[in-house]
Amino acid sequence: MGSTTPLYKQHLEAGAKIVDFGGWDMPLHYGSQIGEHMKVRQDVGMFDVSHMTLVDIKGIGSRAMLVKLLANDVRKLTGNGRALYSAMLNEDGCILDDLIVYGNGDDYLMVVNCGTREKDLNWISKQAEPFDCSVCERTEFAIIAVQGPNSIPVVEDVVGDDVRATMENLKVFQGQYCGRWFLARTGYTGEKGVEIVLPADDAVKLWGDLSEKGVQPIGLGARDTLRLEAGMNLYGSDMDESVTPLSSNMETTVVMNDHEFIGKAALQEQLQSGIDERLVGLIMTSRGVLRAHYPVYCDGQKVGETTSGAFSPTLQHSIALARVSETQGELTVAIRGKQLVVQEVTLPFVRNGRQVYKTQ
Amino acid sequence: MAEFPEELRFAKTHEWARLESDGSVTIGISDYAQEALGDVVYVELPETNTSLKAEGEAGVIESVKAASDYYSPISGTVIETNSELEDNPEIVNDAPYDTGWLFRLKPGNSAELNSLMNTGEYRQLCEEDDH
Repeated sequence: MGSTTPLYKQHLEAGAKIVDFGGWDMPLHYGSQIGEHMKVRQDVGMFDVSHMTLVDIKGIGSRAMLVKLLANDVRKLTGNGRALYSAMLNEDGCILDDLIVYGNGDDYLMVVNCGTREKDLNWISKQAEPFDCSVCERTEFAIIAVQGPNSIPVVEDVVGDDVRATMENLKVFQGQYCGRWFLARTGYTGEKGVEIVLPADDAVKLWGDLSEKGVQPIGLGARDTLRLEAGMNLYGSDMDESVTPLSSNMETTVVMNDHEFIGKAALQEQLQSGIDERLVGLIMTSRGVLRAHYPVYCDGQKVGETTSGAFSPTLQHSIALARVSETQGELTVAIRGKQLVVQEVTLPFVRNGRQVYKTQ
Repeated sequence: MAEFPEELRFAKTHEWARLESDGSVTIGISDYAQEALGDVVYVELPETNTSLKAEGEAGVIESVKAASDYYSPISGTVIETNSELEDNPEIVNDAPYDTGWLFRLKPGNSAELNSLMNTGEYRQLCEEDDH
């Protein structure tokens, strides 16, 4: 049995199908992945994401350390809890992980992936050595994400006055502390929502209170199809240590100007010699499902591979992300021996519950 | 908990077969199979009037998890396929033994049904699969 979150018992009681995810026993779904996906798009759902890794970076040297560590620039954060999405690169400019960092004065809270926990903690601690800051993993907390068009009022309805007051003042992509809780208007679904970091006991109570209000638990299966519809990358699938952010649809998260960071030189070289591959959105309107690692062809020549793929419940056809060297021509994907036509589209695929992609 | 209706016969590849009063045989996939597949999104059905062999490929079920071939438990000619599944593939998950049926055969040799597993034997296979 793997690690379990403080809400494991609740998942079992709700009929979750439990699977291994990076060494954790997590709910894949509670009956229907598609049903859960649509519930978040149309109403509200709650996710247990306590398996993610939380890191506190504190001290006067934090900012300088993070300026060097991350490809995005934390100097954009004014210290009142604004969040920043960034890649963390190695010296070759390749992606070690993607993460979100919230800035509160001299202190930062970073949320990194669960599968990369050890690698990230070792790397960050090493890079932090010359700086006057501490790097501390927070392990005694749970994280509940409530997402969907009705998420905010439903959460405000069950929490205490102090938490409600904090939430009312939160702007999108901002996080704030309220006692031992940390609340952020961020998410991985493309819907409105709030992510709440809180002590384990409080999490069990909040989960129960939300449940009583009729909020459904949502599994990792739906989490994956929701983020894919929203055009968001998944580390380990859409990026890994073999690619840079420039070929991962993350160019806008890299700040080259007046910013010295680990991996910068390698990215400059890549820009000079030309970027060979891009991560693009694909749709397939014929019957079938695009999945990861399907070869992509342009006018009959193999130009790359899908990195993520799924049936999109909102769009009722398949969507995928693919890393390809060329898209000018007829695009096809090989599925079980057949060449099926796909089209390159803009990202995201879905916003506010409906199609927003345009064919390229 | 998966269901195992008594009147059906099962193939080890998780399809069920039911002999109807008119001598035709209805075929679908079991509750155990639909649970393992997850939400079904597309069902490829055989063409009517095609001949199928026992244990031969009959079609493909595409679910959120994977595409899975399914097989005809017995030989015969396809006389009808479930057109509901075109627009509502999720019926396979909701009612795999009932409205989620896949196709009906005019059997080549209805004695073939006897070489399929009965409910008890199939239930045991599923229990072993789980370990």
